Amino acid sequence: MVTLREVSVDELRHLVSERALTGETMLLNMGPQHPSTHGVLRLLLELDGEIVVNCIPDVGFLHTGVEKNMEAKTYQKAEVMTDRLDYLNPIGNNLVYCLAVEKLVGLDVPPRAQAIRVILAELTRIASHLLWLGTSSLDLAAMSTFLYTMREREMILDIFEMCSGQRMMTTYVRPGGLWRDVPVEFEAAVRRVLEVMPRRIDEYERLLTTNELFLDRTRGIGVITAEECVQWGISGPVARAAGLKYDLRKVRPYSGYEQYEFDVPTQSDGDVYSRYRVRVEEMRQSLRIIRQALDKLPYGPVRSNNRKFVPPPRSELGVSMEAVIHHFKLWTEGFMAPKESVYAAIESPRGELGVFLEGDGGPKPYRVHYVTPSFANLQIMPLLTRNHFIADVVGIIGSIDIVLGDCDR
Amino acid sequence: MGLEQKTAQMGVVTTTLEQMVNWARTRSMWPMLFGLACCAIEMMAAQASSYDLSRFGMELMRASPRQSDLMIVAGRVSRKMAPVLRLLYDQMPEPKWVIAMGDCASCGGIFNNYAIVQGVDEVVPVDVYVAGCPPRPEGLIHGILTLHDKVQKEKLTKWA
Amino acid sequence: MAKANTEILEEAVRVIKERFGASEHRFRDEVTLIIPPENILEAAQTLKETFGFNVLIDETAVDYWPQQTPRFHVVYHLYSMPHNLILRLRVPLNGNAPHLETMEKVFPNANWKEREIWDMFGIVFDGHSDLRRILMPADWQGHPLRKDYPLGYEEVQFSFNAEEIDRRKPYAKS
Repeated sequence: MVTLREVSVDELRHLVSERALTGETMLLNMGPQHPSTHGVLRLLLELDGEIVVNCIPDVGFLHTGVEKNMEAKTYQKAEVMTDRLDYLNPIGNNLVYCLAVEKLVGLDVPPRAQAIRVILAELTRIASHLLWLGTSSLDLAAMSTFLYTMREREMILDIFEMCSGQRMMTTYVRPGGLWRDVPVEFEAAVRRVLEVMPRRIDEYERLLTTNELFLDRTRGIGVITAEECVQWGISGPVARAAGLKYDLRKVRPYSGYEQYEFDVPTQSDGDVYSRYRVRVEEMRQSLRIIRQALDKLPYGPVRSNNRKFVPPPRSELGVSMEAVIHHFKLWTEGFMAPKESVYAAIESPRGELGVFLEGDGGPKPYRVHYVTPSFANLQIMPLLTRNHFIADVVGIIGSIDIVLGDCDR
Repeated sequence: MGLEQKTAQMGVVTTTLEQMVNWARTRSMWPMLFGLACCAIEMMAAQASSYDLSRFGMELMRASPRQSDLMIVAGRVSRKMAPVLRLLYDQMPEPKWVIAMGDCASCGGIFNNYAIVQGVDEVVPVDVYVAGCPPRPEGLIHGILTLHDKVQKEKLTKWA
Repeated sequence: MAKANTEILEEAVRVIKERFGASEHRFRDEVTLIIPPENILEAAQTLKETFGFNVLIDETAVDYWPQQTPRFHVVYHLYSMPHNLILRLRVPLNGNAPHLETMEKVFPNANWKEREIWDMFGIVFDGHSDLRRILMPADWQGHPLRKDYPLGYEEVQFSFNAEEIDRRKPYAKS
């Protein structure tokens, strides 16, 4: 099993230029173990001196077989797998899966659960952008930002841990609502984030936004136009940095995003710097959404009352035989979903994250397909890196914010 | 006060070579900068502000396997990655240690399927397994301290 | 505005049904058109040019093994950015080693998605510029997401069988 396969240039003949075959340009392997590939991405670079002529991404080093494995589990149990796909956006992954399941079986979600979902999804977005800001500026040799952003990220992870008992892989959002209601300390903790974060975001901006070295490394690097984004199916901050005002929270709202007031930040240059500006501004908008959602957080149940799909509360199990039967059926057999297919999508920190879910009338999904933004974003790497210095490739990988778990599934 | 004066005041310290070498090895064990999946994020968190792994002389993550002593397999290893992982392990100089961080690296975790190696111990010999999905940074630190204990007890005869 | 958009969708559905022999299926406001494989490229071209379906969100496949006709469905999700509409196209394919025309000429981002389908389902895309495996190793045998491909489940160790499995397990040497 443990054998390395030699790759000959003949296999890649159609991807490299003529000059690579004569040896005029050099083929350089970058990754899968490279500090700036953010995981296990392999890039095959064709170099003319220090200039990138061609870039051939090779993904799949983190292929986990999640889609196949989910087919072997019931709808509830399969959800655990979804956290580990895009490991910087676990709640978003849960959310989109639950939205798809809810759409497939026709399940309602109470308003309180929806509002909490929104708060947690936006907190996840901030946490993801914080980690992105830290690591991508680390790639550009701005070490200190990393230490600051990870400090704030811990605050958000503490909130997740408070709600679900896990820092990262929460599985807190469930089909039909949430696992359980948020604890009483939740509001104070989120308010604290709301209070602290704006100052801290200003602090990061002071470190980077007008930093001469940072500007030199990011301005005019890895440019993509809005037309190309449409053509290549790019969404999220990369598209918005190119001037494409496309945000799923606005155009196809889910979980009650239409109730909240927020802007979709866009830039026009489409380079690494614009992507940085868009993401930083997105964090501020996320804070705005969280504040509104928290202010008018409705009271009420956090799980649907439809007992055919959602387990009954613990308190009922001791007094109601029916509740015991429902509980038993749900956790041994699972619920049945119709022989239909649905598509649900959310705006993940990286772009449009969709789920194509097909049921076959039984308790297990027949086919789950995750439409992931990193997969789309990585595909444009050859476009972005062409005619740039090899040192800029590092910045470009950082700027499109790839998560290989998301890409390879 | 200089170090010479300090040690002079302490007088003579006697120890065995074995203890001395093992002590030196544990105090600057450089991990390889190599993350695979979710656990890599927790590994980064362990190095960042709140947990600060540099307290154990491990702040220096080396991107090159040739400069590192410890491989932290942080995340699931796919069948495509396994040969690469082994190559990296082979490139590390002796003495070298491996920590399997997280359930996926230890035993395949929840991904019991065609794509994931069921435990990285099928690819490289593992010294310490850290449980958790992903383990908390404290968990990783505990794993590292356990490895330090293990290294402290290594025998001189084993090196040869 | 919203009404105009649904009218465009109805119009598109009508045209594709008439011109390309498609059949229609609706479920929870989602429209699916089942299109014969020989017409898919033209249908997509028409949708893109006439009705503004300019983004290919996704292309994937579903395996209906052991059923043979059709064994596979290739599923396209098209999005119309000007009209904010989603349309799903399904192409039924028969047999164990099916072929389909590549979508790359209409939507360039189909490139990787078709590579993934080839990798996972073994559907060959004719005219594709770079049909290599993408997620699995290049020398992998089989196509994992097919229903007749085993999950590759390994026996779980419990205390009663731990030692036996331990003996079989291929531990690495240093």
